[in-house]
Amino acid sequence: MGDLLTFTDRGIYCEAGDFYIDPWRPVDRALVTHGHADHAHDGMARYLATDIAAPVMRHRLGDISLDTVRYGETRRIGDVTVSFHPAGHVPGSAQIRVEHRGEVWVASGDYKTIDDGLSTPFEPVKCNAFITESTFGLPVFKWTPQAELAADLNAWWAANAAEGRFSLIGAYALGKAQRILTLADTSIGPILTHGAVENTNAVLRAQGIALPDTTRVTPDTDLKAHAGALVVATPSGLGGPWSRRFNLPGKPASTAFASGWMALRGVRRRRAADRGFIMSDHADWPGLNAAIRETGASRVFVTHGYTSVFRRWLESEGYDAHVVSTEYSGESVDAEDEGGHEGEAA
Amino acid sequence: MKRFAELFRAVDQTTRTTRKVAAMADYFREAPDADKLWTVALFSGRRPRRTITATVLREWAAERAGIPLWLFEESYPIVGDLAETISLVLPPAEAEEDRPLSHWIGEIRRLSKQDEAARKAGILAAWDALGPTERLLFTKLLTGSFRVGVSQKLMTRALSQATGIDEPELTHRLMGAWTPDTVSWQGLVHAPDPSADLSRPYPFYLAYQLDDPEDLGDPAEWMAERKWDGIRGQLILRGGDHHLWSRGEELMTDRFPELGRLKDFLPMGTVIDGEVLAWGEDQPLSFNALQKRIGRKTVPKKLLAEAPAIIMGYDLLEQDGEDIRALPFAERRARLDALGADLPPEAPFRLSPLVPVESFDQLAEERARSRELMAEGLMLKRADSPYLSGRKKGDWWKWKVDPLTIDAVMVYAQAGSGRRANMFTDFTFAVRDGNALVPFTKAYSGLTDAEFRKITAWVRKNTLERYGPVRHVKPEHVFEIGFEGIQPSPRHKSGVSLRFPRMLRWRHDKPLDEINTLGDLKDMLAAYGGDAPA
Repeated sequence: MGDLLTFTDRGIYCEAGDFYIDPWRPVDRALVTHGHADHAHDGMARYLATDIAAPVMRHRLGDISLDTVRYGETRRIGDVTVSFHPAGHVPGSAQIRVEHRGEVWVASGDYKTIDDGLSTPFEPVKCNAFITESTFGLPVFKWTPQAELAADLNAWWAANAAEGRFSLIGAYALGKAQRILTLADTSIGPILTHGAVENTNAVLRAQGIALPDTTRVTPDTDLKAHAGALVVATPSGLGGPWSRRFNLPGKPASTAFASGWMALRGVRRRRAADRGFIMSDHADWPGLNAAIRETGASRVFVTHGYTSVFRRWLESEGYDAHVVSTEYSGESVDAEDEGGHEGEAA
Repeated sequence: MKRFAELFRAVDQTTRTTRKVAAMADYFREAPDADKLWTVALFSGRRPRRTITATVLREWAAERAGIPLWLFEESYPIVGDLAETISLVLPPAEAEEDRPLSHWIGEIRRLSKQDEAARKAGILAAWDALGPTERLLFTKLLTGSFRVGVSQKLMTRALSQATGIDEPELTHRLMGAWTPDTVSWQGLVHAPDPSADLSRPYPFYLAYQLDDPEDLGDPAEWMAERKWDGIRGQLILRGGDHHLWSRGEELMTDRFPELGRLKDFLPMGTVIDGEVLAWGEDQPLSFNALQKRIGRKTVPKKLLAEAPAIIMGYDLLEQDGEDIRALPFAERRARLDALGADLPPEAPFRLSPLVPVESFDQLAEERARSRELMAEGLMLKRADSPYLSGRKKGDWWKWKVDPLTIDAVMVYAQAGSGRRANMFTDFTFAVRDGNALVPFTKAYSGLTDAEFRKITAWVRKNTLERYGPVRHVKPEHVFEIGFEGIQPSPRHKSGVSLRFPRMLRWRHDKPLDEINTLGDLKDMLAAYGGDAPA
């Protein structure tokens, strides 16, 4: 008998249940880990995702045939039992557990192991085979603790606000942007948002996720009245002409990016922002290693990121590790500029 | 070290010069003198030499981090910087302490004199005592790779703000052969003793590139001369010795020993701004001839005979021990002419001939003759201009000839390092030779960041083969390559090497079959490649 999950040119396939996980070409039945564009593609006849991920998927993919499950709830599909478990990546993101005759595989999509205060925290799931990303699968990536990150972010914002400058930060519209909102100390000043961020905020608020008050930037926004505000934009919004309006006479805005790549000085300098906050919704090196260890899996499949290096490392640690080819993004640091890298569509 | 790390972070983090300058000025007001002295030294490229090999450092770092060495080596090109890779893989410091910069530099020097076991213990202890940025800086000092994104000009501006000393004066005080061991903060910045360093040069006056001479106003106010293609240098005759400085503030005296003969022909207390050239009968040899001498600390006799050096005088900065930079250029130049007029031909000195200025059209014709005279173009100097310090707009302009160009196709790509890590920025280009493609040059610069990102994404998808870090790519993208000169080269398959090649344009409009040929390159070599015009 073949493997329970196989890797095809359409996505991760389960023959025993006849469904795909995060497929990138049209299929009949798609189980989707989360709503980022490289995992949730359009064109599937039927979708299954968590109830928390569903509103964003509907917002992005339009009128789709979408069935939902709660975390931990089991479903029988064909000959297999499936369940979704928190991946900690963005709100509603899931690892998908597939069980067939006592054998368990877990496809983790994208995940991070630290609690971001927004997403349901990552839960390790015991399995025989684990499918993992490795976006930051090198020992140079170790994230700043969340509390320190909040302190750095707020110190930067407060210093700019005291000078009457805007603080412009670029982050992905789903996940990272809201994480910044929850870290921000709203006593410093008001928060403005780029339209793409505010649209996602609206979806998340409507499903009951608490976010601080934000104001969408429109051509009519009285910027002088908001001087000193924190402005949360998409990376492309930050880089483009949209952001120029925040340069007040004699007081150009201070700019920052929030990304795991900001751990690298070369990337920070290349981005030419005033600050780079090391913030990622992917697991860092210790996180990846801890997550894999806790699954108890002996077989590991590496889907995207520094796959070949990470596989070799896992093998040296005693795992039966393989690289599999997928269309999930993550190899390129600069694809971020096109909004691809950390999983965000434009 | 925390205060120094804070300064480094502040200047590293922002792209705004006003913020960089403000951060440095604050530092120069607050830090202890010993640290300030080292900071000025480090920020002006006076970094201590590497005393510990990088190989053992990576081994110790990998061992301390609990990772295999191969994994460290795989991480290094992603980070693009050895010291940074080390500081990132190490576990967090457990015994953090805050000692001054000068302490850690002293520690590095102390360890460099010890045996390997003591060095290792000392370095592991240091890594464990330093926070992330401090650790990066310490390791950069260890590996001799400390660099900072601040020009000396900005640092001097900040120091001027902090001390109230005039900027050009400070620029002059900071020049020369000092190190933190030979001078105190007080002696360097506040109360310099002119006799303490007789080799100290004046700051070079640098010109901007001229676009259109019609912007210069009345031609009668201008003087012109050739822009020679050698090494800009400052020759100092003081106290019985001679010293030769490059524009990059490097002492080159020993590389051009024949210039010492000028002590027999020119009086002490003379400082000349000029161009060091390899000299033929009555005109310069190609830059290629001079280049053979640049890399050498000492010069074999054969090379001295093949490529004898002279200095071509542009300007006189000091006469009879007196700084005359404030005099008008016409006056300084007249004095230089008087000094150099009657020298015998064996004196390794020539006066850079003035090109008469009648009109800018006539100058344009003179400029067009540059290549046949082995010059790079013209220099235009306002007759009444003082000798300023640094690159200043207005009084001096360089009017270079247009570069030579060739259309070529990219065949290999390699990732850069540092700011360019993870991006393909180093390319090899080929011309056509019948049905074959012959690689002939590399080029790294000339594209925007956006273009580099675009080509990087393309390279990832169009790699045919990998040779270590080098990727052989599909020959598809055509670039216009600009360069300043062409030389025969037996080391290159194409038989030529180019001087200062760079990408002028990405020729999206140009198909592969319309690129230049090896024959075109050889024609250029015949036209421009000789040591004398054909």
